Amino acid sequence: MACFIVPIAEAIVTTVAAKVIQSKEKEPEALKIATETGGFERETKIPFSRKLKWLSNLLWGGSVLLAFEHVWHGEIVPWFPFLTAAGNPSDAAEMLHEMSTVGVAMSVLVTVVWIGMLVVSNIIEKRALKHQPAV
Amino acid sequence: MTLLTTVFAAIICTIIWYKNAPKSEMRVDILCWMYWGASIMWLVDAIFEYAELQAEYFTPSPVEMLNDFYLGLSVVALGLVIWLTILLIKDPNGVVKASLFKNN
Repeated sequence: MACFIVPIAEAIVTTVAAKVIQSKEKEPEALKIATETGGFERETKIPFSRKLKWLSNLLWGGSVLLAFEHVWHGEIVPWFPFLTAAGNPSDAAEMLHEMSTVGVAMSVLVTVVWIGMLVVSNIIEKRALKHQPAV
Repeated sequence: MTLLTTVFAAIICTIIWYKNAPKSEMRVDILCWMYWGASIMWLVDAIFEYAELQAEYFTPSPVEMLNDFYLGLSVVALGLVIWLTILLIKDPNGVVKASLFKNN
């Protein structure tokens, strides 16, 4: 009915947060990474704002395609109040219930997947640091 | 069926991205984010639907399956259109710019 509104709300918050954090971040820490060929590569530590953008990308991308599905099923219309369920109180109550269950679950699962991505990227970063030879 | 179609699109895009990253400027990552985001959200939808329908969830009628597959393909097409629009606007290789300012 309107479950995609919850991930969209989270996407707006994360997009704004990423912009604010990016404006406050300092120059990322540079690492000297040894390559397999015996040379060196300069890599920078991934800033948190960039990691937060991964979450907003997932949320925006998913929400846009999910909104299309709602248009397909006639749940979003181009006239006020735009959501057909918002037209009468009983449908509105059902819509709010769906937002609080399915919508919230969608946001939570996307966030959990993103946390998993953070863990993996941190492990990769730490491994790169470990293999950094003493200069 | 919509979930399956989107998951397959996400997998294919991720393989293409992995094969060409990080040098590629085709921004296939946009497609990966979109399809994976939608797949996760539809997975949640599927879990809730399964909780309601139980085993019936796995035996949809052919018409339902066809409609869902049609929706899945439309979603994939919309994702590709969004990606192409972003690619042409950002124009990482300067192709659009070069074409516009070409003399003849």
